[in-house]
Amino acid sequence: MHSFGYRANALLTFAVTALAFICAIASFSDKFSNQNPSAEIQILNINRFKKQSRGNDEVSLTLDIAADLQSLFTWNTKQIFAFVAAEYETPKNSLNQVSLWDAIIPAKENAKFRIQVSNKYRFIDQGHNLRGKEFNLTLHWHVMPKTGKMFADKIVMSGYSLPDAYR
Amino acid sequence: MDWQGQKLVEQLMQILLVISGVVAVAVGYATESFRTMMLIYAAGAVLATLITVPNWPFYNRHPLKWLDPSEAEKHPKPQVVVSSKKKFSKR
Repeated sequence: MHSFGYRANALLTFAVTALAFICAIASFSDKFSNQNPSAEIQILNINRFKKQSRGNDEVSLTLDIAADLQSLFTWNTKQIFAFVAAEYETPKNSLNQVSLWDAIIPAKENAKFRIQVSNKYRFIDQGHNLRGKEFNLTLHWHVMPKTGKMFADKIVMSGYSLPDAYR
Repeated sequence: MDWQGQKLVEQLMQILLVISGVVAVAVGYATESFRTMMLIYAAGAVLATLITVPNWPFYNRHPLKWLDPSEAEKHPKPQVVVSSKKKFSKR
């Protein structure tokens, strides 16, 4: 503490250490928020359902996605990445996941939404197993905090099925 | 900066930073604003820098009292006396 440089160095070191503690506390405080997200997805229309020339089934559909992810936002949340995936089982793969739609939610005000949208990414099967297939629509989300660890969770909605014939 | 000033400046620095950190977390959590927390802590760090880094006259109230040079001359340092025995042994 005898010179200007020594004091400046001591202050910087202590200040940054304290800042790390502050960030750790902010991250820890997230554990005490209660989260009750909800989601509901309806299939409004199957726009197109066909077999591609390569032999893979392709579906185009219109979804009605309603979700309330506001409770996931805390003071330490930067943004949330959310995506809807179709999940189903085929003889070749025990779990197929096809991402149909996604969004980055930047603020709590945007976290309660309802949109009607056709699939943003193409729904193509590996093979031709989709006729009459039962599948789940799952809303996945990844919470990106300002400090601390990223975490992910999902809501699985089951009971959707595709038509028995191509159209 | 004298000895007691150095001790004081170290304690002041730690206390100011810890207090600003605690206030920042409390206010930030209460207002649910991460930005407010960071701004309060930054303000606390700047304040601590202004108070503790420059050598304010406040830290020099206990100067060391050195002996006057004339006093030192009255009590000369003991001189190293070269002993004659060593010279004999070398021969």
